[in-house]
Amino acid sequence: MYNVRRLVLAHFGFAFGAFALALLLGEWQMIVRSPLHAWLDNPEHYYRSVTAHGTVMGYVFPTLIAMGFGYAISVTTLQRDLVGLRTAWIAFWMVVVGTVVAALIVASGHASVLYSFYPPLVGNALYYIGVALIVVGSWVWVALLTINLAAWRKVNPGKKVPFTMYANVAGSYLWGWTAVGVVAEILFQILPVALGFKTTVDAGLARVLFSWTLHAIVYFWLIPAYIAYYTILPRAIGSRLYSDTMGRLAFVLFLVFAMPIGIHHLYDDPMVGSGIKVMHGVFTAMVTVPTLLTIFTITSSAELAARQRGGHGLLGWVKALPWENPVMLGVAFSFVMLGFGGAGGLINMTYQTDSTIHNTQWITGHFHLIFPGAIVIMYFVIAYDLWPALTGRALGSLALVRTQLWLWFVGMMILTIPWHIAGLYGMPRRMAYYDYTNPALAPDAWTVIASVVGGGLAVISGLLLVYILLSSLRRERVAPPAYRFSEALNESPVVPRALNGFAVWLGLMLALTLVNYGFPIWELRKIPTTSVPAVYVGGGQ
Amino acid sequence: MNKLGLWAILAVAAMVLVGGVIGFVWLPRVVYSDQGFFAAWCSALGVPRSWAAYGASPVARISSDVVLTHELLEPSTPADVGHGATLALRCTMCHGPTGISFADSPNLAGQYAVVIYKQLRDYKSGMRTNAVMSAMARSLSDTDMRQVAAYYASLPRPAAFRLTGAAPAVVKYGAPMRNIAPCGSCHGAIDHTLASPWLKGEPRAYIRAELTAFASEERHNDIDAQMRAIAHGMTPDEIDQAAAYFAGEH
Repeated sequence: MYNVRRLVLAHFGFAFGAFALALLLGEWQMIVRSPLHAWLDNPEHYYRSVTAHGTVMGYVFPTLIAMGFGYAISVTTLQRDLVGLRTAWIAFWMVVVGTVVAALIVASGHASVLYSFYPPLVGNALYYIGVALIVVGSWVWVALLTINLAAWRKVNPGKKVPFTMYANVAGSYLWGWTAVGVVAEILFQILPVALGFKTTVDAGLARVLFSWTLHAIVYFWLIPAYIAYYTILPRAIGSRLYSDTMGRLAFVLFLVFAMPIGIHHLYDDPMVGSGIKVMHGVFTAMVTVPTLLTIFTITSSAELAARQRGGHGLLGWVKALPWENPVMLGVAFSFVMLGFGGAGGLINMTYQTDSTIHNTQWITGHFHLIFPGAIVIMYFVIAYDLWPALTGRALGSLALVRTQLWLWFVGMMILTIPWHIAGLYGMPRRMAYYDYTNPALAPDAWTVIASVVGGGLAVISGLLLVYILLSSLRRERVAPPAYRFSEALNESPVVPRALNGFAVWLGLMLALTLVNYGFPIWELRKIPTTSVPAVYVGGGQ
Repeated sequence: MNKLGLWAILAVAAMVLVGGVIGFVWLPRVVYSDQGFFAAWCSALGVPRSWAAYGASPVARISSDVVLTHELLEPSTPADVGHGATLALRCTMCHGPTGISFADSPNLAGQYAVVIYKQLRDYKSGMRTNAVMSAMARSLSDTDMRQVAAYYASLPRPAAFRLTGAAPAVVKYGAPMRNIAPCGSCHGAIDHTLASPWLKGEPRAYIRAELTAFASEERHNDIDAQMRAIAHGMTPDEIDQAAAYFAGEH
């Protein structure tokens, strides 16, 4: 894989290692707040664990997967070595150092602020610096992809950018702009307080800035999964991508609409006007468009393969799909979870229906169904698919791989569906223990126990993944064919000019950011009386 | 500019227009129908308005005029402690010569300086009242209060070894269904928040009296009614258990 084999392996290795540890923390959290465990003597330990789990799963794991996969895409689709390999390694080590620093501070109990920071809570400055380092490392990746694409364009003037690379760069631009919110929050709101230059935080403004990042970060996590739908699945099942143009359109629509919609996370916050919230609600609804385009395109691509294999009938072709293929299985599971999660998401994004589930366990159930459910299962698929090309060794038993995917899917469904139900019953989130003996809460008890069981299956599955990947390294070397992504059904040499570049879409993204975020940020900056004293965690300052 | 790009721009502009009309014209006219168009539009934008215009005062009663920040007290000097020790001679009758009380008054030895300072300020301003302390605090200057606080903070704490036995449930866990946090989440065992006193080793009668006073609103100098909200939810039994635990008589 050109000059990035070790680089991609390092990214995946650290990502899955951190993932496995954070997975154990997640299950521990589920157990200690379930009726199966006595109340924690020190609830601070719970929040410490939640902070570590969220920081690793939210910032570290998906960022490294996106970076590693992004480098692999760059070299395989542009068919040339990565420009700036040394810089890429520096970026990798920035992420690793940032992770270790943040993790140590969290483990020592000095930054139990949860991964979304929750100002006016303020923890130790090193935690935020660690997180900022992770983001800055990922920005280097954004720049490197741009540089590599530009270098390719220079020698291939006017040629169509390969679809996979186009989607890859769109995802990186989305992240580049999305991460500005959290970095601005850290630099201008939290760090001055954490370092002792200030004692007050504008909590409202900080929350608005975090919302800038908070929703689109999910789409950043999602992009590698979507790329895999479009460019790994059709190849793996012997089909072709139904439409290259439709795919490009889906990715640029994410670029435009994913970011300026984050205030739908603040529907219950008083510092943002209702009109602004309506605007964010309207544009949140727009992200269903690229999702539905994707479902349509991918299902059509699968149908092509099935009919070639003799499948027939309106839905009968589904039986003819190569279900023994782990990629097929993984995508199907991902779609099911995306379907449930997406339906729940429609409820969250609607100003009126959100009020019933806001800040309940429904929300945690929802994002676990989307991220560890629909998205992370595709990270597994990506790792399995790239592994032979990266290590020169074939995976062992495919039955074991399928078992791993099945366990993850079943585990995630048993984890998250009761979790949603707990939220509908009104159970608040972010609490270390619940009084299940109280008649008002007793009916919720079974949902949490079910989630513990589901989480347990997910832990087994996660450890199985690590075993499958590591045990393959003991197998004898093979020479896998050159890694490639799917081709489109009608591979035309040209695409509409707007879909071969990013100018229009980046312009729209910036303009919509200005429309949807400009006023609230300007307004909150302007009002001098909106800051509140910081609440220092970890023993005070 | 190519055709697709132009269409995309027009489509997004149309969405902004539709969303804007719904969010800033249509809904505000329904929701804020009693206000003029401009006021309704400002409401939808989130421009803050004065609540007083609606005849409601945002704060019914100020609980304390001390603004708590981490910079409220400068780090103390040995001279502060020395002056404070001299001033504190008049406190010994109730609070003991070494800050350990034999009269069920609070032990002050090792108490956080900011806690003592805030309570003295509240006694002086009348936000907290006590037959003895209100009179004592009246004559203290701001510097006096800072120095007395620095002196007591410098003394060794009453021994935590007096704490015997396991903490009762209300201390250890609070009561989640009644919005009662564990005591330690502010008072030190789990985390410590500014101006929350150190409680371990305080006299049982004192803690019980203060919790009861918070519950009945007789004492009300806790900012944002934090302690009143918690004490309200506690049963007299739980108040006694907590007091006994912190006094080491559990």
